[in-house]
Amino acid sequence: MKTSLPWWLRDFLLLSGFVAVLIGLSYGLEAIPIAGIAYYNRILVIMGINITLAVSLNIINGHAGQFSLGHAGFMAIGAYFSAYLTYYHFAPRLDKMPAGTGQFVMQNVYLVIAVLAGGLLAALAGYLVGLPSLRLRGDYLAIVTLGFGEIIRVLILNIDTIGAARGFSGIPHWSNFFWVFLVAGLTIVISWRLVQSSVGRAFLAVREDQIAAEAMGVDTTKYKVKAFVIGSFMAGVAGGLYAHYMMYLNPQMFMFVKSFEVVAMVVLGGLGSISGSVVAAVILTFLPEGLRSVKDYMPGGRDPRMVIYSIMLIVLMLTRPQGLFGRRELWQIFGRRKKTDVTPDAGDANGKVNGDAAPPIQ
Amino acid sequence: MQEILQNLLNGIAVGAIYALIALGYTMVYGILKLINFAHGDVFMLGAFVGFYAGGFAGRHLQTHGGPLGWVYAGLVMLVAMVVCGLFGFLNERIAYRPLRSAPRIASLITAIGVSFLLEYGGQFVFGADPKFFPTLVEKHLISFGGVTTTNYQMIVLVVAVIFMGLLQYIIYGTKFGRAMRAVSFNFETASLMGIPTDRIISMTFIIGSMLAAVAGILYGLSYPKIDPLMGIMPGLKAFIAAVLGGIGNVPGAVIGGLIIGIIESFVGGSHFSNYRDAIAFIILIAILLFRPSGLFGKYQAEKV
Repeated sequence: MKTSLPWWLRDFLLLSGFVAVLIGLSYGLEAIPIAGIAYYNRILVIMGINITLAVSLNIINGHAGQFSLGHAGFMAIGAYFSAYLTYYHFAPRLDKMPAGTGQFVMQNVYLVIAVLAGGLLAALAGYLVGLPSLRLRGDYLAIVTLGFGEIIRVLILNIDTIGAARGFSGIPHWSNFFWVFLVAGLTIVISWRLVQSSVGRAFLAVREDQIAAEAMGVDTTKYKVKAFVIGSFMAGVAGGLYAHYMMYLNPQMFMFVKSFEVVAMVVLGGLGSISGSVVAAVILTFLPEGLRSVKDYMPGGRDPRMVIYSIMLIVLMLTRPQGLFGRRELWQIFGRRKKTDVTPDAGDANGKVNGDAAPPIQ
Repeated sequence: MQEILQNLLNGIAVGAIYALIALGYTMVYGILKLINFAHGDVFMLGAFVGFYAGGFAGRHLQTHGGPLGWVYAGLVMLVAMVVCGLFGFLNERIAYRPLRSAPRIASLITAIGVSFLLEYGGQFVFGADPKFFPTLVEKHLISFGGVTTTNYQMIVLVVAVIFMGLLQYIIYGTKFGRAMRAVSFNFETASLMGIPTDRIISMTFIIGSMLAAVAGILYGLSYPKIDPLMGIMPGLKAFIAAVLGGIGNVPGAVIGGLIIGIIESFVGGSHFSNYRDAIAFIILIAILLFRPSGLFGKYQAEKV
């Protein structure tokens, strides 16, 4: 029997349940008496940030089919702007407050404001980058977004108030397991709901065939820009959380190599598959960490883990060019595939199911 | 005036190196429509092979001496070209060919993977710290009309022009070149006409990688500090040069490389020298917004 709770109550209950579990986990993880638990906690947090990045890039690359290589740039904007706000405006105010619950609450309020502001600035940048995508397609768009990302990095490198080439240190450690996974969870839910909505359908239409979509009355320009804005907002938020977790930022962290890593997560998971992005983000975060011990067997103390990482990336791509899940979601692979379920895999304009084929860049 | 000429000369010398790398990008893109992100790192590989071969040659030179320097320099370049050519061949064979019928983004990711492999593998094998490229040829200054240059810049220009001429001859003067142009024009038709497309693609990769090796040696000669990550920025700029000239267009790549080199050199000598690395991207965005197919690219109407 279906429960007849009103949707808002159901969503509220689900959300508060999720929040409660996260709070429990974040306290629980710190309390576990295992040596080096801080290290695992740190990897988990980085994993959560990577999940947010991958899922948000998946909206641009996977759902809307606009190939972007500039995600690190948007992340950098969010990271730097939120760090600027807290370092110069919020942290000094917080220091004046008496210690106690009030300060703790305000710290988190400030964090949310700073991170959201970072996300909004990144979204604005996404809007500006999205505009040229009206004219450009495929590889050219990829290169322009890569260029934007690098320009952002060089700009940051030349702004002295946020540390320029020295890096930005002294950012308060406000973000934690709870916030990172709350954002990751929200990103996944938003992204999932988005695909099910009319906006998401428009994204898929633009991806499958831009001309056909236009002929059907989809305002392709508007939806491309929308995808960029949403994706970069989330990347900016992830950047803000990253800044407040690492407590230090350096323009080198946001080289296009970082964008490549996120793209690799999205493509490895399967373009357009949200759960694929999540699983690939988890794998590609743990892979280099899990390979840390290999160093002990190497002569001369050289670290081969990134070499193994790149070889595994190549091998994974060669063996599953369509990504781990293709366009399907995790539950569609293991569970029975419902025919009525409208998913990115439901079929193309001819009603033919595409199966695993990812879209070619054209 | 002298300053302008000086900047122009420096720009052309850097631009010639960018152009050599850009040729590899543009040839591969012309045929496979693949951005071979690993190409910049092949350039790095060339410089490192040159470093080891040059060190070896240098030890011999010290014991024998004499005018053999030029011969050794040529041999070093040849060794680098052979190693990089072999790498380019294997790269295409292992990482790109199995994915030729797969979505293009898959080979883009393997290209990124190969690029990572070369960078991190380079750090693993050669060590992450910078190395100093051996002086294969004695360096001396040449000045005329208030402009100072070195014989290195002259060597760079002469060698680059020789290899570009050679490439021009290969593409427009040989049977292989005609086949290459045919494959680039239409892959499927070319294969139906009996052109061994696989072999042509392999050869394209070999030639492109050899040119990257030449660029690596010339770069090492001009800027002797080399490290495993040195290929990233020149590789990107060379790619931009290829896009600027109209990707897939061989003379366009050369001109694009020179333009990027010259503009960079002027910006480097001005107040905005901090933005030197960004300028290539700004040019790129401007060009793509106003002329998306590049300076010499053909505009292709979209077929429905």
